[in-house]
Amino acid sequence: MRARVFDWRRMPEYRTISLLAFVFLYAPLIILIVYAFNANRAALIWGGFSTQWFVKAVLNDDLRRSALNSLIVAAIATPVSTLVAIPAALAFERGRFFPGRSTGEALIGMPLVAPEIVTAIATLIFFEAIGLRAGVGNIAIAHIVFCIPFALLPIRARLREMPRDIEDAARDLYADSWAVFSRVTLPLLMPAIVAGATLAFVVSLDDFLITFMVAPAGATTLPVYLYGMLRVGVTPEANAAATILLVISIAAVVLSSVLVRPRTVKA
Amino acid sequence: MQSLQTVARPEINLRVGSEGQSQDQSLDIETDSSVRLVQVQGVTKAFGVGPTALKALDNVSLTIRTNEFFTLLGPSGCGKTTLLRLLAGFEHPTEGAILLDNKHVVNDPPNKRPVNTVFQSYALFPHMSVEQNVAFGLERLGQRGPEVAERVAAMLKLVRLEALAKRRPSQLSGGQQQRVALARALAPQPRLLLLDEPLSALDLKLRRGMQVELKRIQRETGITFVLVTHDQEEALSMSDRIAVMDHGRVLQLGRPSDIYERPNCRFVADFIGEANVLPGSLFGFKAPYVAIRPERVLLSMKQDPENSGLPGHVVEVVYLGATTSCTVALQGGPLVKVERSDLPTGLVPDRPVICRFPHDALLPLES
Ligand SMILES: Nc1ncnc2c1ncn2[C@@H]1O[C@H](COP(=O)(O)OP(=O)(O)OP(=O)(O)O)[C@@H](O)[C@H]1O
Ligand SMILES: [Mg+2]
Repeated sequence: MRARVFDWRRMPEYRTISLLAFVFLYAPLIILIVYAFNANRAALIWGGFSTQWFVKAVLNDDLRRSALNSLIVAAIATPVSTLVAIPAALAFERGRFFPGRSTGEALIGMPLVAPEIVTAIATLIFFEAIGLRAGVGNIAIAHIVFCIPFALLPIRARLREMPRDIEDAARDLYADSWAVFSRVTLPLLMPAIVAGATLAFVVSLDDFLITFMVAPAGATTLPVYLYGMLRVGVTPEANAAATILLVISIAAVVLSSVLVRPRTVKA
Repeated sequence: MQSLQTVARPEINLRVGSEGQSQDQSLDIETDSSVRLVQVQGVTKAFGVGPTALKALDNVSLTIRTNEFFTLLGPSGCGKTTLLRLLAGFEHPTEGAILLDNKHVVNDPPNKRPVNTVFQSYALFPHMSVEQNVAFGLERLGQRGPEVAERVAAMLKLVRLEALAKRRPSQLSGGQQQRVALARALAPQPRLLLLDEPLSALDLKLRRGMQVELKRIQRETGITFVLVTHDQEEALSMSDRIAVMDHGRVLQLGRPSDIYERPNCRFVADFIGEANVLPGSLFGFKAPYVAIRPERVLLSMKQDPENSGLPGHVVEVVYLGATTSCTVALQGGPLVKVERSDLPTGLVPDRPVICRFPHDALLPLES
């Protein structure tokens, strides 16, 4: 008999520990959602089931405007950052060596490493210095910048694991550079591009710190607005709004996984 | 693009056999330019620069004839793939020239050369069906519509995959994928087809079958094949001519029978088939070594009248079915392997025997 390879899943504590981890991760979310249906005004005292806070949240003009802003910013930042990430990934993974290549790689990944508060303050000062006052545009520009490395991650990873032989074969079969890219590289990269765009969308949607700093008065996004609501007093309306935000995020992820699911082929 | 389409391409299915051509010894490739398809002239390829540079190819020169089944044979790392990539246009030689149809092609990118490759990894396009894979090259050459469909169908018929045209590569076996790669590379009717160890991933039985198929396809299409392999049996059975390579050099180039019967150095004698390599002085040769194939050594139990054999004793006897292999230690040390179907009975270890080496079976080696 062959000795079994050590497997964490066979440890007796495995179930308990993973259960605890799940509770730890998801209990706050579940409580948030449950209390969004609380009839009571005080956020944490259960007063029966009700959907009145959802109605109230949806009818709240300020909340609606900030949610719309969030969507506008994400709708700009997602495609733009993804479109920048694709050629960047190609240059890093397929391009020849060029001077400053590793510096470029480090710089483009900076938002992943630098403390967000530093990026936030730097962005704020930068916008002040150049006197840019484009309202929601300011937020969108900031989001594009920090979304690029997130969009880049899956695209680069996919390129790295994709055998070069396949692109060589296309070139061997009389494809010029553009045909190699559009007929072979891009279609094979599509799942990673969708994944990168989804990541960018979700990151943009829930960004608080940078938006909080650069958002001009009257042009807040949903997370910033929610923060403002909490400071006035926690009501289930905030829970309801947060639940809506959560649902949008999950919907984006589900949609992207449906988009890239391999189509079943008819034999 | 345009220039590619106007290049004369051999029409497929026109030729029935290429034997006449390849066995015609009177064709002198140095003078008759009509049979010279590829000329590799003093090509050196170094990877890296400075003192750490590695010469994957070292001053290689060879000529490949039209309609020939040409094989590059050599151990791992000897530069076979590098030479193919130079012919296909993926690499640029450090020194030397490459001519295709008497035209310099070193500066042409792969998509401008009428050369197609069957990659070692097959490199099929995973997001396209078998049909679309085969049509790819034709479409890039600007062909459209029924012309392409016809050609694709003909190619799939040639490799016997008509039934699987709509499948994806991931739904095929290794042997089927290999045939798709072959059909895809043949479809645009290249002047030259390069095959980089196309059979190495297949099991022995499938491999023997595919060797016959490849040979048939080469005959039927009349396209020049350059096959890379490190399987000497494959090289001997399929090729019109073989170039034996080691350490980035071509050691010997010739027909399979030339290389097997007249190896020019110790490496070739050892690499192609089995050979006993013995000191030349043993038989009165000036050459430092002589080689003899195990099936050419004669073995007997007693001294013959002319006293011409060398005495020794049996070390090991292995029954191989059709033949028996016997290892003999000659007096003075050297081991000789004898493999024949007519060995005398009663061979057991330590039994004294006489080995005779027919003069015409001794192959003098220069190095
Ligand atoms: N891109 C490269 N950069 C550096 N060295 C390389 C490169 N390609 C090949 N080499 C080196 O050149 C030598 C010849 O390689 P090549 O791939 O041509 O060998 P091969 O004969 O095809 O071997 P195998 O039978 O294992 O495929 C090897 O020593 C290899 O390490
Ligand atoms: Mg190789």
